[in-house]
Amino acid sequence: MSNTETMYKLETDSKLVQEYKYGFVTEVETDELPKGLNEDIIRAISAKKGEPDWMTEWRLKAFRRWQTMREPHWAKVDYPPVDYQDIRYYSAPKSAGTGGDGHGVDPELAKTFEKLGIPLNERDRLSGVAVDVVFDSVSVATTHREKLAKQGIVFCSMSEAIRTHGDLVRKYLGSVVPPGDNFYAALNSAVFSDGSFCFIPKGVRCPVDLSTYFRINAADSGQFERTLIVAEEGAYVSYIEGCTAPQRDNNQLHAAVVELIALDDAQIKYSTVQNWYAGDANGVGGIYNFVTKRGHCRGPRSRISWTQAEVGAAITWKYPSVILEGADSVGEFYSVAFTNKKMQADTGTKMIHIGPNTKSTIISKGISAEESVNSYRGMVQVLPTALNARNHTCCDSMLIGDKCFANTYPVIEVETSTAITEHEATTAKISEEQLFYVRSRGIDEESATSMIVNGFCKDVFKELPLEFSVEAIKLLELKLEHSVG
Amino acid sequence: MSGTTPFFEIRNLHAKTEDKPILKGVNLTVNPGETHALMGPNGSGKSTLANVIMGNPVYEVTDGEVIFQGQNILEMDPDERARLGLFLAFQYPVAIPGISVAKFLKGAADARFGQGNVKTGPFLKQVREDMDYLEMDKSFINRSLNDGFSGGEKKRMEILQMLTLKPSLAVMDETDSGLDIDALRIVSKGVNRMVGPDFGLLVITHYERILQYIKPGFLHVLMDGQVAMSGGPELVKEVEKSGYDWIREKFGKEVLV
Ligand SMILES: Nc1ncnc2c1ncn2[C@@H]1O[C@H](COP(=O)(O)OP(=O)(O)OP(=O)(O)O)[C@@H](O)[C@H]1O
Ligand SMILES: [Mg+2]
Repeated sequence: MSNTETMYKLETDSKLVQEYKYGFVTEVETDELPKGLNEDIIRAISAKKGEPDWMTEWRLKAFRRWQTMREPHWAKVDYPPVDYQDIRYYSAPKSAGTGGDGHGVDPELAKTFEKLGIPLNERDRLSGVAVDVVFDSVSVATTHREKLAKQGIVFCSMSEAIRTHGDLVRKYLGSVVPPGDNFYAALNSAVFSDGSFCFIPKGVRCPVDLSTYFRINAADSGQFERTLIVAEEGAYVSYIEGCTAPQRDNNQLHAAVVELIALDDAQIKYSTVQNWYAGDANGVGGIYNFVTKRGHCRGPRSRISWTQAEVGAAITWKYPSVILEGADSVGEFYSVAFTNKKMQADTGTKMIHIGPNTKSTIISKGISAEESVNSYRGMVQVLPTALNARNHTCCDSMLIGDKCFANTYPVIEVETSTAITEHEATTAKISEEQLFYVRSRGIDEESATSMIVNGFCKDVFKELPLEFSVEAIKLLELKLEHSVG
Repeated sequence: MSGTTPFFEIRNLHAKTEDKPILKGVNLTVNPGETHALMGPNGSGKSTLANVIMGNPVYEVTDGEVIFQGQNILEMDPDERARLGLFLAFQYPVAIPGISVAKFLKGAADARFGQGNVKTGPFLKQVREDMDYLEMDKSFINRSLNDGFSGGEKKRMEILQMLTLKPSLAVMDETDSGLDIDALRIVSKGVNRMVGPDFGLLVITHYERILQYIKPGFLHVLMDGQVAMSGGPELVKEVEKSGYDWIREKFGKEVLV
């Protein structure tokens, strides 16, 4: 590490003071559909977006499928039944425009995103990141489009992609997570309103990080975004996802689907900092985060990595996975899941080895504080065709206090004798010895805890893009401030 | 020494873990500018004393006081004691994986001197100079604290921390154990840089050799949780030569050489 890097790391240690500084509400006029879900609502969503018939049909098929499915209850989470007819499936700010390049965005919205640290204005923007911002059901702006277009990269809202790059979308949508995959994926396929679409053509290395920022604003709407990233032969892209929501007393549903496709020699790095509102100390309010994320290493030597810092949401149900089909392909999952208050997280990954010499790495760090429950659920499946497959799994849990829980449910299924899988797991209370040592140097209990936890998460945070990792560390510190002592 | 507010004084200190009494009435005074050595057989309670002074919550104090700069510090949290200028060089320093030496030292210095008073650039420059002084490789600054360090490297890291935090009273718990001859000289050099009229030092050791570099004015022998004997530096030779048995025989009679 260089001197400047060392210093940069030190300078970013400043503390934020508010507990959830993203909890504000933006006053905007909205264009909404009535609450409830039926075929008319789905047709209306599709019509609002000016979608072609194939898309409307695709949605309806998913909806019919969904009606035959039941909400899954195998996860280690506990919540009252969700009334799917009491949710608004479409809510958009009236003046949002339709996912343009950031010019002419409603000033109220621009202000909101500025407050969230996401300037839409070209000149204030981070030069190294292109951003798509999704506000409730629609994308309001996508930046850096022209620059990217010169290299043949498509980065726009999903609604726009369906209109302008219909063939590409049609070819890949649902090819990794089919509509009938699971209850939430089916629901999402029926009602998804927006999200991001990224296409990196053959041989192109995307010059900037692509990023989508999801914001739930409206009170009783759900957010159902759909993201699709395709990296053609030899392409590379790093994609970042961030999310926040206002502080409200009711629970709101977020059911996203993310599909990644990597062709021969392509690489996709997908990073998430999830900070949805988590509810209050009594467990009132907060986002239900039921997400299906899956990547498909379709071509040989392709590589997909998921890195996530999950620090928000009342309930998280999420298992970013990789299907390793191409020979020599690599799947990685790096996760920090922090829970406090009465949060419940059931998260992990699935690595499905199909091709020969496929490799996967899983590093999961769970931290539970206060009265929360934090579960790791992982599956490594090695099919008979996956000769010489390798997996390394390390999942560690740390407990802060004695009213919280950590569980690990690792499953390893190996159907070839040539595979090597390694699994390490630890669960421990935060070490009293370490705490005393750090405190004996003058550092107070809260900061000492935060320091030890950050160190514990280091192997995951170092996989995040630098600025994002700084953000994740700050967030974690902030959350810990209220969970110690 | 005169004065009504002692600099550092342990009075009738009793401490235990769970139900096992370990310290059974320790009395010891260190004045500014003094270096005291503390010796004693294995298990006599030396590390426990050091830990109780620093406020390790593993031990419960059942009686007595520890006065530092005029205050009874037994009510204070360990971090408060450190900010007041107390320092413990651990017998077994603890690793903090994932936290770099630079980050840790900066965090500790911010706590001790106030965040606004520690400017990152000059601070890191000073740390690098101190590392140089202690003949430590520069690469250590970016390594995780004590993680995978050798025994000797950990001990040097303790001294580096002491130089960084500039305590007014330091307790060194067997910092010399496990050091090779060169390391012992280097570590002693670091400690001697601290020694001065405003600095008090308590050196816990089993061996005379470190006391050839760090010259104590006083020696105490701890036995079964009590100071069994106190004397001048000449007592060191006696202990080195004859061991503790003769003191044990006299123990109970209040021996002063
Ligand atoms: N945390 C603890 N739990 C249980 N017993 C303890 C604990 N700490 C110390 N003891 C016991 O108290 C006694 C004194 O231990 P201490 O470590 O203070 O000895 P010491 O004088 O430092 O020995 P050494 O010279 O070997 O370092 C020992 O019998 C030890 O086993
Ligand atoms: Mg000891």
